[in-house]
Amino acid sequence: MQDLLDDLRRWRRAGTRVALARVVDVDGSAPRPAGAAMAVSEHGEVAGSVSGGCVEGAVVTTALEVLESGERRVVTFGYSDDEAFAVGLTCGGTVHVFVEPFDW
Amino acid sequence: MAPLLSEDLEAAVRAGRPAVLATAIAGGAVGAKLLVTAGDRPESGPTVRADGWPDRALEAAVRRDATAALTPAATGTRRYGREGRLDGDDHTVFFEAFAPPPRMIIVGAVDFSAALARVAKVLGFRVTVCDARPAFATTARFPAADEVVVDWPDRHLAAVGAALGPRDAVCVLTHDAKFDVPAVVAALATDVGYLGAMGSRRTTEDRARRLRDAGVDDADLARLMAPIGLDLGARTPEETAVAICAEVIAHQTGRAVPSLRASDGPIHGLPG
Repeated sequence: MQDLLDDLRRWRRAGTRVALARVVDVDGSAPRPAGAAMAVSEHGEVAGSVSGGCVEGAVVTTALEVLESGERRVVTFGYSDDEAFAVGLTCGGTVHVFVEPFDW
Repeated sequence: MAPLLSEDLEAAVRAGRPAVLATAIAGGAVGAKLLVTAGDRPESGPTVRADGWPDRALEAAVRRDATAALTPAATGTRRYGREGRLDGDDHTVFFEAFAPPPRMIIVGAVDFSAALARVAKVLGFRVTVCDARPAFATTARFPAADEVVVDWPDRHLAAVGAALGPRDAVCVLTHDAKFDVPAVVAALATDVGYLGAMGSRRTTEDRARRLRDAGVDDADLARLMAPIGLDLGARTPEETAVAICAEVIAHQTGRAVPSLRASDGPIHGLPG
């Protein structure tokens, strides 16, 4: 999330509520390693990325939900037997993304 | 009002101090954070700030592991049992390491150096160009460099060498034995991860002989990538800069790639 520090500061100073999504773990071939991060403002503005573009849309949805509920959680994207994983990575890997309000 | 934890993190990153941010992501106390930042000087020791850990033993274990992840910078998750035990998976904690940017020191204020500074900046290096000639070593000629130093390169490398490590690079582009032999000798005295020197195959042979005369042994000579760069047939300063930076990446990842050092054909590609 090092490359997001400027954006996070700008939003913090403006009093904008922001959710932060960070890749915490990857299995198999994944485009971005742990530490890749993306921030989503309450207005839907996006900075950074967590994959090669495959799952960013779903992360925005989760981020806005987390801003609404205040509930931090890990979401997983990738190939799985579980039908619930509708959004996947074309590379066949799995990414685990921790999403939380940026309130710290 | 006390600064937020993220403000402390940002201050450390801006000051170029290594930091590790630990976040509880599953198991209980989700969102709890612990920030370790390295001190200004090695002897001053790290600073720790913790927020939201009800389990003191877990906090102590996370503090220990976060401190260990400062150097070498290590990002990843760890699982802990109750009270910070290592044999359970009650808690998952994500450790994110923030390291200052790697450094590239470019020896020689030549056109190739300007292109290399630009490409190295794209890759996130903090770039220094060093040359003893004040007429050439100017910020106007190297706008992409973070720093332009007018000094004898060997003296500059001796001054900053203790701070160089495996992520850093020294690229000697002078192709002048008067400058590059002392610069390579000075770079070999450091722990720099990548060391390369530019020059034709004849210059490279001549330099190797001079380095041996200066007391450099085979093991040290093996650290020197010369002629510098991958065998891409690069023609322009910009193409050469890409060939050099690609070799730096391969050196760090340990991939076997066609370096110029391992081939014997012409260095520059033929047009058409």
